[in-house]
Amino acid sequence: MTLTAPGQAAADAAAVLPGAVRGRGPWRLAWERLRRDPVAIASAATILLIAAAAVAAPAIAHAVGHGPDDQYHDIGLTTAGLPVGPSRQFLLGTDNLGRDLLVRIVYGARISLLVGVVATLLATVAGVVVGLLAGYLGGLVDLVLARFMDMVLSFPYLLLAIALVSVFGPSLTITVLVIAFFSWAAIGRVVRGQTLSIREKEYVEASWSVGSGAPRVMFVEILPNLLAPVLVLATLLVPTAIVFEATLSFLGLGVVPPTPTWGGMLSDSLNFYQVAWWFPLFPGLALLATTLAFNLLGDSVRDALDPTAGRAVAGKDR
Amino acid sequence: MAQRASGSGEVLLRLENVVKHFPVGHGIFPGRDTDAVRAVDGVSLEVHRGETLGLVGETGCGKSTLARCATRLHTLTAGRVIFDGHDISTLSRRQLRPYRRELQMIFQDPYGSLNPHRRVGSIIGDPLAVHGIAEGAARKRQVQELMELVGLNPEHYNRFPAEFSGGQRQRVGVARALALRPKLIVCDEPVSALDVSIRAQIINLLADLQQELDLTYVFISHDLSVVRQVSDRVAVMYLGRLAELAPAAELYRRPRHPYVAALLSAVPVPDPDLAERRERIILAGDVPSPINPPAGCRFHPRCPKARQRCVDEQPPLVPRGGDGADHPTACHFPLEPGDDLAHAHAGGDLPRMARSNP
Repeated sequence: MTLTAPGQAAADAAAVLPGAVRGRGPWRLAWERLRRDPVAIASAATILLIAAAAVAAPAIAHAVGHGPDDQYHDIGLTTAGLPVGPSRQFLLGTDNLGRDLLVRIVYGARISLLVGVVATLLATVAGVVVGLLAGYLGGLVDLVLARFMDMVLSFPYLLLAIALVSVFGPSLTITVLVIAFFSWAAIGRVVRGQTLSIREKEYVEASWSVGSGAPRVMFVEILPNLLAPVLVLATLLVPTAIVFEATLSFLGLGVVPPTPTWGGMLSDSLNFYQVAWWFPLFPGLALLATTLAFNLLGDSVRDALDPTAGRAVAGKDR
Repeated sequence: MAQRASGSGEVLLRLENVVKHFPVGHGIFPGRDTDAVRAVDGVSLEVHRGETLGLVGETGCGKSTLARCATRLHTLTAGRVIFDGHDISTLSRRQLRPYRRELQMIFQDPYGSLNPHRRVGSIIGDPLAVHGIAEGAARKRQVQELMELVGLNPEHYNRFPAEFSGGQRQRVGVARALALRPKLIVCDEPVSALDVSIRAQIINLLADLQQELDLTYVFISHDLSVVRQVSDRVAVMYLGRLAELAPAAELYRRPRHPYVAALLSAVPVPDPDLAERRERIILAGDVPSPINPPAGCRFHPRCPKARQRCVDEQPPLVPRGGDGADHPTACHFPLEPGDDLAHAHAGGDLPRMARSNP
């Protein structure tokens, strides 16, 4: 999600003109506010750290000498067959099958981030397209699409997700699709509302009055004004998607074992948390840190884009 | 602008009995007839090439709606709009596009009428892009010429609207309207959102441009002194209809419609002694709802001269005794010299019971 100002190319072209004045647009101003926000910096750093760990997972596995699915029944389990705690050999301890928790957590970050980002992208694109069409076209199209979005939002999503997964069988793809399906309507509804209000603005009327066609009005006048709320919603959707994936994996409906996922690890730890505190703690902390960082970043992005809105109204009015 | 000879007499824009109703309240079933706001209810008007026609009226009288009907931003409920000999009243957006080159509009709100996410250069260049007139460097050069023409620094091409003052933003709006070299510009309250000190600048700019580019203006305002300053002829609207239409000087010197007289008496006078001596005509009551306007003459419930005929019969907009053909008034009993409205009471000689309920 880059925050470059729209019309960058035009601006660069203008830079050739001596003494040309380059304006500071709404995106640029938001970016400058964001850069001065310590919470934004801290949460962005956390996300980057987790992303780096996910990317470097094979290197980390190589460095500690344990693969993500390698079971060390001799050194990774006590004589009673229980997980061993953090030590020089296993920095964050092992799980119930004698696998290295640290390695599994960094591999789990790959799944979490992948599912979070891909599901969010799918949901955002679908939400923007449907919301824009509903808000712009209005009439019967709006009626049908808006009711459909309300319907999706009113589904008991966990029950339906369980049903869908049991029909199609659990897999990474179906997890992403299920999460995207239950998330796009929230964005779609906000985009529709924004479109309805922007459609009536005088600058849209001005665009009609110079002879613009519908695509131009939709993509040049309306869409850029939607990007701010969509960016905020999308940032806040990532942690929701990550938790959704963890929930599905926890219930055994998400990504299939032995692929390491944070939800799956938490699920495995259920029978061992009394004897192995590290087993639920470290995957739980990873999940917490990731979702917290994304949520705080989303809040900061919203504050940067709309400094007049208070923190108390988190995402309610955008 | 008012100093010049009033137009060439050639009709550039003709409105014929234009009606625009906005339905209010949603029935459960689409298509069911509901109440409607009768924003514009039968207005006929001619705009001559080269003139400035002022259009005044209170807030909510339908001025802006009429402007949007004339520029076909609204679809008409009934009536015809004839621009430069072509009937454009039923054309689709696509069919209207060639006419947009000659018929432009300047909007009221210098903040709302510019997209905050676009640079002013691209906003002003929009008409050129839409009509495929100029691309790339050529477009940029034309836009910078336009910026210079309206008194903006062409180096500010890449700035965003938020970086300009209200007056400068309105200049951006003027530049956008001029980009296609139109024949007619409808100015919808172009200065009412601006500081008084900035108004004169924009008005002078519009006047200079009219000279330079041979423009015709329809100038809408609720500010009577501004309209007097810029207009050759002035049309006064009340509740969706025209009350009076006259050359500016004549209208301000000798209004015939009681509503117009009352409106003019409310214009502030800078001279305190004169203001002291002058008697204001205070109208009783409020403007009735345009959803359920009074029958007959729409002004009759508030009119000091109203009689039974005003309730029964809608007065046509025609020249009244002694006035020239270019000074029609929609009143059965227009003001004569010596009429004293300031001390009359609303409803006039009309028996209370006979007044139709607004």
